[in-house]
Amino acid sequence: MKLTRREVLWVGLGGLAVAAVPGLARAATIEELTAAFTGGAAPAGEGISITAPEIAENGNTVPIGVDAPGAVAIMLLATGNPEPAVATFTFGPAAGSQRAATRIRLAQTQDVVALAKMADGSIRQAQATVKVTIGGCGG
Amino acid sequence: MITRREFLQASMAASAIVGTSGFGTWARLAAQQALTQDQLLRFDDFGNVTLIHVTDIHAQLKPIWFREPEVNLGVGGAKGHVPHVTGADFLKMFDIAPGSADAYALTCEDFAALARAYGRMGGMDRVATVVKAIRAARPDSILLDGGDTWHGSMTSFLTKGQDMVNVMNALGVEAMTSHWEWTYGTDRVKEIVEGLPFPFLGANIFDAEWDEPAFEPYQVFEKGGVKVAVIGQAFPYMPIANPGWMFPEFSFGIREERMQAVVNEVRADGADLVVCLSHNGFDVDRKMAGRVKGIDVILTGHTHDAVPEPVLVGETILIASGSNGKFVSRVDLDVRDGRMMGYRHKLIPIFSDVIEPDPEMAALIDGEREPFKAQLEEQIGTTESLLYRRGNFNGTWDDLICDAIRSERDAEIAMSPGVRWGTTLLPGDPITREDIHNVTSMTYGACYRTEMTGETIRAILEDVADNIFNPDPYYQQGGDMVRIGGLAYAIDVSKPIGQRISDMALVDTGEAIEAGRSYTVAGWASVNEGTEGPQIWDVIEAHVRKLGSVKLEPNTSVVVTGI
Repeated sequence: MKLTRREVLWVGLGGLAVAAVPGLARAATIEELTAAFTGGAAPAGEGISITAPEIAENGNTVPIGVDAPGAVAIMLLATGNPEPAVATFTFGPAAGSQRAATRIRLAQTQDVVALAKMADGSIRQAQATVKVTIGGCGG
Repeated sequence: MITRREFLQASMAASAIVGTSGFGTWARLAAQQALTQDQLLRFDDFGNVTLIHVTDIHAQLKPIWFREPEVNLGVGGAKGHVPHVTGADFLKMFDIAPGSADAYALTCEDFAALARAYGRMGGMDRVATVVKAIRAARPDSILLDGGDTWHGSMTSFLTKGQDMVNVMNALGVEAMTSHWEWTYGTDRVKEIVEGLPFPFLGANIFDAEWDEPAFEPYQVFEKGGVKVAVIGQAFPYMPIANPGWMFPEFSFGIREERMQAVVNEVRADGADLVVCLSHNGFDVDRKMAGRVKGIDVILTGHTHDAVPEPVLVGETILIASGSNGKFVSRVDLDVRDGRMMGYRHKLIPIFSDVIEPDPEMAALIDGEREPFKAQLEEQIGTTESLLYRRGNFNGTWDDLICDAIRSERDAEIAMSPGVRWGTTLLPGDPITREDIHNVTSMTYGACYRTEMTGETIRAILEDVADNIFNPDPYYQQGGDMVRIGGLAYAIDVSKPIGQRISDMALVDTGEAIEAGRSYTVAGWASVNEGTEGPQIWDVIEAHVRKLGSVKLEPNTSVVVTGI
C-alpha cells in the first residue's frame, strides 16, 4: 500500500488522531497491550491488511501501512522491540477511509502486529514478519 | 580455442537445442550430427507476438566460459525443482545426453573437457546475429533486457557502463530493468537513463522519502494487433544487498500489492498480454506468480538460471534465460481475445564457434575495447586448475581470491562475496587482467582489513545463510553463501536462522573459533560507506604474479548437511 501526500492530508482532515505512546517505566507486554485494546475479544483475520517490507532497507525507519475498512481504532505493535507499543490510531465518524501509515524502528527481525477494533467491538488482526539483516553479498 | 571449422568437425555427440513444441520440450536431433547456426535458430513460428529475452549479461561483450553450478540447493517448496537441480540430475530431468552440447551449455558435468570441444559461449556480436534473425522472421517481436547489464567487466567499470549502453542501444533493446546498474550511483544512472532510447522500468522503485513511485512502471507495445504491457520489476533488495548509500534517494522491495495494482491498471487499460520483466530471482518470481493474478509471462532474472523449458505456475509462464550472454530466449505467443492462448519457447544457446558474429556489432565491441586493449590483455599468470565461482559455496576462483586476501593482507580469515557473476577459466588458460576483473569488477571493491570476534563472524555466516536458505523465497536475496578462507565450518541448511552454522575452526591449526576472541579478517565488497583498502583486483594481481602458476587443492572446509 502507499499513501500519497495528498491522501495523508485528506485522511488527516477526515479525523485521524494519533496517540503517541508515553514512555513507561516498564514497557507493557504484548499480552497486556492486546488485552487492554481488545477487551478480551478474540481477533479474526479478515478485513484487515498490513503492508510492510519483507526485509527492512533500514531498520531505523521501516514503513508500515495498515488498512482496516470500518475500523474505529488500529493499534500497531512491534513484538520484538524493547517497547512493543508503536501507536494507536483512532478514526472518527467523518473519516473517509480507515487506514494509517507510519515508519517505525525495529530492533531486530520480528513480527509487526496490527489490531483493528470495529464499530461493533469485534477485533481484526494481521501481522507481517520484517527481517532486519546485516546486508551485503547480493548476487 | 578451436576454430569454427574444427567445431563443426567435432565428433562428439551433439544434440542440438531445437525444441519447438508448444510446451518447450527439446526435440533433439540424432546424435553425431554437428551443430549449425540454422539448427540453433530453427523455430516454427507460432502465434502473433514474440518476446526476445536477455538478462544478467554482466557486461560480457566477448565469448566466455561459464560453468553452471554444481551445488544450487533448494529449500522448502523449491527443493528438487528447477533451478535447484544440477549436474547429472539436470541431464536426467530434461533428457539430455551426457557429453552433448546441451549438457555443456546447461550443466557443470565434465565442464573442462566439453568446453574444449564446444568452445566459448556468448559474445554480444553473436547475440546480435540471433536477435536480427528472430526479428527478420518475426517483425512483431519485443527485445527485453532483464538487467545486470552495465556491470561485470573491466571495460564497463572503466567506462561507467557506457560500453554496455552503446552495445545494448545498437542491439535495439526496447525496455530494461535493473540491479547492479545502481552501483554506479544515482547521478550516473540518471545520466544514462536520460539518454536511453527505451524505458528503464521499475514498478517497485520508489522515492525513499515520500514512498511514491519514482520510475516508469511499465511500457505498452502494440505488436501484431496485440497490446502488450511490459511491467518492470527491479531487484527488490537493492539497498540491502548492495551499498544503499550510493542511491539513497530510492527504496525498492518486492511490493507485491504494487505489482498487483499495476497489473490491474494495465488490464483495465486494455492490455491483451501482461509481461513482467523481472530481476526478482527465480524462487521469488515463482512465489509471486502464484500470488499476483493476471501476469501471463514472467521473464525472470537475477539468479542466473538457464532453464530449458518454461515453468508453469497457474496461468503464468516463467522464462529463465541464463547469464553472461550464454543464452537468448525466444518466446512466441498466441494472444487472442485479450488472453494468452498458447506459447512456444526456445532457450537458444549462443555457441560462439557456431553462430556467426554480426559484423557491425563486432566492430562496435572492438571499438569499445580498443582504448583499454593493452591493459585488458596483459597476462598476469596461468592456471593449472579450473577456475569458477558459481555455486552455493566456495568455487575455485573464490579460493584463489581468499588465498590472495589472506596472503597480501596478512589476515587469519578472508571473506569474499557470494555473487553469482564471474566467468570461468580452463586448466592451462592464461590469467589476464581482464579475467581477474571479470570476477571482481565493482564500484566498491576496496579490500578492507579489520578485527572481528568469533561471535560476529558467526552472526555474518548465519545472516548470509538465511538470505539463501530461508524457506520463504520472499526472504531470499538471491546471492550465494559468503566465501570464506582460513575458516572451516559446518552448515545445516534445513535449520532456521541462528542454528545453521556450527563447528567453526581455523583451517591452518584446527583450533575452534572462540566467540569472545578477536580475529583478523580481510574481505571486499563491503556495503559500508568509507571502506578503505586496496582494490581487490590489485590484491589478486599481486598474489597471482608471485605464484606465476595457480594450482588449487579441493576445498573441504565447508561441510553441508540438511539437504
